[in-house]
Amino acid sequence: MAIARVAEPSGSLQEVKEWGLDREDLLQMYRNMLITRGVEERGHILYRQGKIPGSFYTGRGNEASSVGVATAMGSDDVGTPLHRDMGVHITRGVEPWRIFAQYMGRADGPTHGRDGNVHMADARLGLLAMVSHLPAMLPVAVGCALAFRIREEQRVAVAWYGEGASARGDTHEGMNFAGVRRLPVVFICDNNQWAYSTPAHLEYAVEHLADRATAYGFDGVVVDGTDVLAVYREAKRAIDKARAGDGPTLIECQTLRMEGHAVHDDAFYVPKELFERWAERDPIERFRTWLRSNADMTDDEEGQIGASVKKLLNDALQKAEESPQPDPSTLLEGVYATPEDLDTPHHK
Amino acid sequence: MAEKTYLQAISDGLRQEMRRDQRVFVLGEDVGVYGGAFKVTLGFQEEFGSWRVIDAPLSETAIVAGATGAAIMGLRPVAEMQFADFVSCAWDHLVTVAAKQRWRAGTPVPIVLRLPSGGGFSGGPFHSQNPESSFAHIPGLKCVCPATPEDAKGLMISAIEDPNPVLFFEHKHLYRRIKGEVPDERYTTPIGKARLHQEGDDVSVITWGAMVYTAEEAAKMVDASVEIIDLRTVLPWDKQAVLDSVRKTSKVLVLHEDTRTGGFGGEIAATIAEEAFEDLDAPVRRVTAPDTPVPFSPTLEKAFIPQADGVANALKELISY
Repeated sequence: MAIARVAEPSGSLQEVKEWGLDREDLLQMYRNMLITRGVEERGHILYRQGKIPGSFYTGRGNEASSVGVATAMGSDDVGTPLHRDMGVHITRGVEPWRIFAQYMGRADGPTHGRDGNVHMADARLGLLAMVSHLPAMLPVAVGCALAFRIREEQRVAVAWYGEGASARGDTHEGMNFAGVRRLPVVFICDNNQWAYSTPAHLEYAVEHLADRATAYGFDGVVVDGTDVLAVYREAKRAIDKARAGDGPTLIECQTLRMEGHAVHDDAFYVPKELFERWAERDPIERFRTWLRSNADMTDDEEGQIGASVKKLLNDALQKAEESPQPDPSTLLEGVYATPEDLDTPHHK
Repeated sequence: MAEKTYLQAISDGLRQEMRRDQRVFVLGEDVGVYGGAFKVTLGFQEEFGSWRVIDAPLSETAIVAGATGAAIMGLRPVAEMQFADFVSCAWDHLVTVAAKQRWRAGTPVPIVLRLPSGGGFSGGPFHSQNPESSFAHIPGLKCVCPATPEDAKGLMISAIEDPNPVLFFEHKHLYRRIKGEVPDERYTTPIGKARLHQEGDDVSVITWGAMVYTAEEAAKMVDASVEIIDLRTVLPWDKQAVLDSVRKTSKVLVLHEDTRTGGFGGEIAATIAEEAFEDLDAPVRRVTAPDTPVPFSPTLEKAFIPQADGVANALKELISY
């Protein structure tokens, strides 16, 4: 018996409007999901072409969750998205060509070739770059929320982590501190059932990870992570609640990681039937069907969105390939910040 | 100008910055109601309120990571580890997140982490360590180790002003034993600039923290003119001041309370060997704690922490070389 609330599926267009989304917003979300997947599909091609050094990570299957949550965030809110959350970067406005440049380690990537794959963020868009040590950024997001609370700002921090990282002490310390101080933070658990090759039943022993929220003194919600509108609704509720000063929420988004841990991993250990079952719940196809039957998305609209995404990504690829390699003579720069570096929107 | 203890000087520097700059806040275990395990923040919560002097749960990770997030959002956290030893629990957030964030993601992390360190009071293996060498190896961090009350205040203010993560190693054994004149007004002590503690001509001692006083005591026990350089900060460290002193005296002893292998003294000795070999009249000598955990019993601890007579013996050997 779950302790956390299990969220209901998405409703009618009328209901969705009540949550604050108009038809244009819905089409934009659909577009963002297509861009998210498209960026990663093209990333695979770049990898096979030998243009991506190191490894390559995607979040296929998590597009609804990442776009749904990011759509619910306010422009002044901040977040710490991870390697399955490309949709957050896209929704917040990171340009795809810069993501491709990042993949290829070029000078125009957000980290200018200093860090790889999805270890990137645009601080001006309220995002903080992830590190490999998961969920190290979760308690950092709690610290952002602490700053908002100290300054009495109406801002919210969103912290992502996976069911694998739920086993780490950082998760506990961050959530406990946030609960004790009722900080304006929302925890998003991307539960994609596999931590590299380790299945969920070897990672935790509760029914739902969201059940743990009760132990930290706040609410937990389990939501179908392939249902973008349900994810949006739950994220919106939680963010509004945090903004109102009513403390954190833990939202567990249930999905399946539809590819290996990274490009080198063929996920042989995931039962084939599991992939087949979850493929039927593909988040993009689900939302497309919903838009067709609930929001009267026309053939023209669908075709137009698809074509514009294709053009965006093709142009982005070309622009990224034109981006130069980083200059080795800059390697030593910026190990230490200067006072001028603090001249950012955050630090003012 | 008034005479103050080392502890009072740290406290004064911090309080002055909190009065001057609304962004500065304190976060740590027992720092509020109790005033900190060593009372550095005594009375702070009454003055600044419970949202600027924050009693955190027993969560070093959340304290350092929380400070990091708050700093990126524009605040100036001064976080406290109750003992420097406990920073091991927050290693990841200092080394993985805070130290690398500016270089790889362009986001400065202006935090100060106060680390009551050092032995000499039977604190045992977990309340006595000097872990500065571990962090001096991490690009992106700064490590300061004041020895005098005047520097303790000035370096505290510099650390808060600095746009980088600064580890402030405050030596517990100096807290109430060392007093000195401390200016009342606000001032900064530059990070990366050594202090000439005692001028001499025959032999140089390069040291920092509590060992400055051990060196001073040892210098009185030898019949020679001993120069004592207090590095003040080990990352960055004042290479020029060290090389200048070595070139003057031609004999050098590197002294630290931390253990020997991989201790920061090795870096100093290597630099001298690389850059001032021709100026040396004797091999560089190191006096450090031996490679063991810090012992508990006073007898054992005395055998562990470099003592003045041991330093004096090493000086005598150098002088007669």
